[in-house]
Amino acid sequence: MRTHPVYTDNDPQTEYSTLNLGPTHPATHGVFQNVLTLDGERIVSGVSTIGYIHRAFEKIAEHRPFYQITPLTDRMNYCSSPINNMGWHMTVEKMLGIKMPKRVDYMRVLIMELARISDHIICNGVLGVDTGAFTGFLYMMKFREDIYEIYEEICGSRLTTNVGRIGGFERNFNPILLEKTRKFLKEFPAALKEFEALFNRNRIFIDRTKDVAAVTAEDALSYSWSGPLLRAAGVDYDVRAMEPYSSYEEFDFEVPVGSNGDVYNRFLVRNEEMWQSLRLIEQALKKIEKEPSDIFHADVPEFYLPPKEEVYNNMEALIYHFKIVMGEIPTPNTEVYHAVEGANGELGFYLVNDGGRSPYRLHFRRPSFINYQMYAPMSRGMLISDAIINMSSLNIIAGELDA
Amino acid sequence: MSKITNEELLNSIKGRFDSDVTHISEPFGLLTLETSREKIIDLLTFLKTDAALQFIYLTDITAIHYPETEKPIGIIYHLHSLVNNVRIRIKVFVADGDVKMPTATTLWNGANWMERETYDLFGVVFEGHPDLRRILNVDDMTVFPMRKEYPLEDPNRVDKRDYFFGR
Repeated sequence: MRTHPVYTDNDPQTEYSTLNLGPTHPATHGVFQNVLTLDGERIVSGVSTIGYIHRAFEKIAEHRPFYQITPLTDRMNYCSSPINNMGWHMTVEKMLGIKMPKRVDYMRVLIMELARISDHIICNGVLGVDTGAFTGFLYMMKFREDIYEIYEEICGSRLTTNVGRIGGFERNFNPILLEKTRKFLKEFPAALKEFEALFNRNRIFIDRTKDVAAVTAEDALSYSWSGPLLRAAGVDYDVRAMEPYSSYEEFDFEVPVGSNGDVYNRFLVRNEEMWQSLRLIEQALKKIEKEPSDIFHADVPEFYLPPKEEVYNNMEALIYHFKIVMGEIPTPNTEVYHAVEGANGELGFYLVNDGGRSPYRLHFRRPSFINYQMYAPMSRGMLISDAIINMSSLNIIAGELDA
Repeated sequence: MSKITNEELLNSIKGRFDSDVTHISEPFGLLTLETSREKIIDLLTFLKTDAALQFIYLTDITAIHYPETEKPIGIIYHLHSLVNNVRIRIKVFVADGDVKMPTATTLWNGANWMERETYDLFGVVFEGHPDLRRILNVDDMTVFPMRKEYPLEDPNRVDKRDYFFGR
């Protein structure tokens, strides 16, 4: 972390002013409040206040059956909700010992990587906006729309997706989805290239971002940073590579790593991750085609809701339907921690189960919450304008921060 | 990347903390053990600084409440050794009325907010913490809402009781 020893909190020579940045400031993109002590435009110290949209998800989760917790996870990182959904499904499946068919794994990889791209589009696009370049954001935003249309094909919704079920997907991928994904794969690289051409060697952008809020690997690790932020600081920790889930070990991708953890490095790491996600989607599409096309969920009737027409005409399906909805299926008495690589870091689910229909305790390890705590200490000595782009590049999502 | 097994890990912990670690289990391959409040900082320091183990990454701190037990509040640490790619879970249970823990902020800066969150939701007082205030809830809240005695909704509501579902 860059330190500025010139400023002390109780220097009697200087008169400081206090500024309430947020909670609803247009430059912070979300509900973040920071009470800053300023010396002119320099930040002397800051205190972050969070919790403005705390909705007690962990408490609510203790009173919901497992499948009703999926919509809660949507509302954490709502820029890439499918990753949260899949992470939760995989946690429960790990606890129940359900093994997914390969095709489901690949389908999940496809959706998760699309979500990662859409998250990085927003983060890097908005970073451009905050440094004064609106154009790149508009170029990229069109493709987030395309990704949302792909979500719509599989689950019908766009932002809070609730996609997939415990045990697979609620319905199969339709041909339109595959076609839209192929179209996206064909069109997006050109736009991303243009976006990179706009920013990567742009003098104004580099002047605004290079060496701003640089973080050493030691500091990043000490503050438990994860995701692109940690990788930008030079630590190659990616859950997808370290503890592969959903058959990531079969895919060929690289983990981009930065050098000094400044805003520019984070921007480059995210851009490169989008290229890697494109590679992953391409491979996933190929792998999906090789698998039998009618498999989209595991054969676990105790946990996977049967199709409605079967419920009406088939006794067994009716019984399972009733048991699942009423929470009559015994579950193991155990605890499990499962982590996925969310778009902004390691998203962990710590689930303690006592055999009931809802978790005894569920804790979300939310990367935004843990990444954000360095924000106030690292802002010391920064200019306000630098602190603003620093916040953009941290990619803190208010819903995940406050859970 | 050399991966150490849970057995090796447990042996090196046992070498230092023989009888101080109890309740050893391995749910889903994640070594889980329990220790006492007196030993927790020693254990965390050992895990972090030992040259072979290097649990340099604090994944998470959280808590759990078992109201009917003698020591109802459990504080749970998840550590990750990025070098060896192995995780460990450590639990410490404390008695009601004495819900205090030494802080881990001396080892990891990142423990700061995790401990504040645990304090906010479960009322665990982390001694030595630089700034132990509520973080998600309002400052003048008087209860610790994640404890089991605080119901989610109106406790008089009966239509959601488990016995209506044959339990």
